[in-house]
Amino acid sequence: MTETITTDVVIVGAGPVGLFTVFELGLLDVRVHMIDILGKPGGQCSELYPEKPIYDIPGFPMVTGQGLVDNLMEQCRPFSPTFHYGEMVESVEALGDAISPRFLVRTDAGQVFDTKSIIIAAGGGSFQPKKPPIVGIEQYEGKSVFYAVRKMDAFMGKKVLIVGGGDSALDWVLNLHSLAERVTLLHRRDAFRAAPHSVNAMRDLVASGSMDLLLGQITSLKGAEGQLSGAVVKHDDGTSTEVDCNVMLPFFGLTMKLGPIADWGLNLHENLVPVDTEKFETNVPGIFAIGDINTYPGKLKLILSGFHEGALAAQKVTRYVYPEKRVTFQYTTSSTSLQRKLGVA
Amino acid sequence: MPKITFIDSAGTARDVEAEQGSTVMESAVRNGIPEIEAECGGACACATCHVYVEPDWLEATGKAEPMEEDMLDFAFEVKPNSRLSCQIKVRPNLDGLTVRTPSRQG
Repeated sequence: MTETITTDVVIVGAGPVGLFTVFELGLLDVRVHMIDILGKPGGQCSELYPEKPIYDIPGFPMVTGQGLVDNLMEQCRPFSPTFHYGEMVESVEALGDAISPRFLVRTDAGQVFDTKSIIIAAGGGSFQPKKPPIVGIEQYEGKSVFYAVRKMDAFMGKKVLIVGGGDSALDWVLNLHSLAERVTLLHRRDAFRAAPHSVNAMRDLVASGSMDLLLGQITSLKGAEGQLSGAVVKHDDGTSTEVDCNVMLPFFGLTMKLGPIADWGLNLHENLVPVDTEKFETNVPGIFAIGDINTYPGKLKLILSGFHEGALAAQKVTRYVYPEKRVTFQYTTSSTSLQRKLGVA
Repeated sequence: MPKITFIDSAGTARDVEAEQGSTVMESAVRNGIPEIEAECGGACACATCHVYVEPDWLEATGKAEPMEEDMLDFAFEVKPNSRLSCQIKVRPNLDGLTVRTPSRQG
């Protein structure tokens, strides 16, 4: 059991809006722990369009998704937030009241946070593996169909079918072929997005007869009670073959799902979280929602709107964290106290 | 303005007026066409604006670029006439274009 972390705020989502809010909270002396399901900061900016130019960030005629994230990381560095990557918040338990909120936040990695407030900056929701639309695939999920590999040993002596053409698919082909009884890679075409050296290594294994490569798409699965026994594959020429397998690993990239946020007792409107426009607080005092995940009259899903929302939410969070303190408004251009916090005075 | 017809997976056809220079995906989203999600907003980064171009129109729309082909790996039930609609620019020669949308985008 990992130790409970006590903090002022937990921010759910390390995208641009979450990162800038760390900065705003830092100026107000509020301690932050960030949680993100991805393995790195930046959310959609770094996962979906790292190289794409963004033209509507004030003061930047053009900045790439990754460039913006790198700058935001630099900007919030003086406040050394703690990042918890690769974790998803599963549950939120309210302990306090409307005057002094307090929550227990639990992640799927078993980490527990005892926090005074929560800021949801989860964008379009959490990135989760795409599931192929194969009829009845649900009954195999978690038993013989897996979207991620947790323990390699589980595949020892198995006939493994890996589906996809990117790095995840190829990496697991290379990692599992010696451990599994047989590995078959299935991809829709004879071209692969994965790193060329992985593709070459895979082709060598196929040439030496150590594994199989099949081109086509799955049309149905065979098996019973969650145990897969085969997959029917349709090829480009219209013919079908059946692959003998007892485990399948499909790698079709990521998609965004609202996920467990739906169960935290918040009002929802079309998968968005309604907030007020003074504090960007939800119907639960102490839980805020900023960025693409919130909704209010006139809402625009722009990164710049998220920055504004984060700055205002930070003011209210500070009142929960320091109820006795008078919060004075200051500018970073002129306040020595803010400049000391930033390490420039 | 060029007209584009979207036929959904149940067979219902919807016509939209498409602005030249925009993309087929943008024309769909602006007109509330169902079965086009466009999660990434047109960055060719998500494969949720997958369409099937009607065979008569394949020559006019052209072929998918390598980056689009890579992204189509993330789509389901990919066919030889599969395209990502965010990568098809609306030009005068596409007036009358007909595409079908899949029952699921991801």
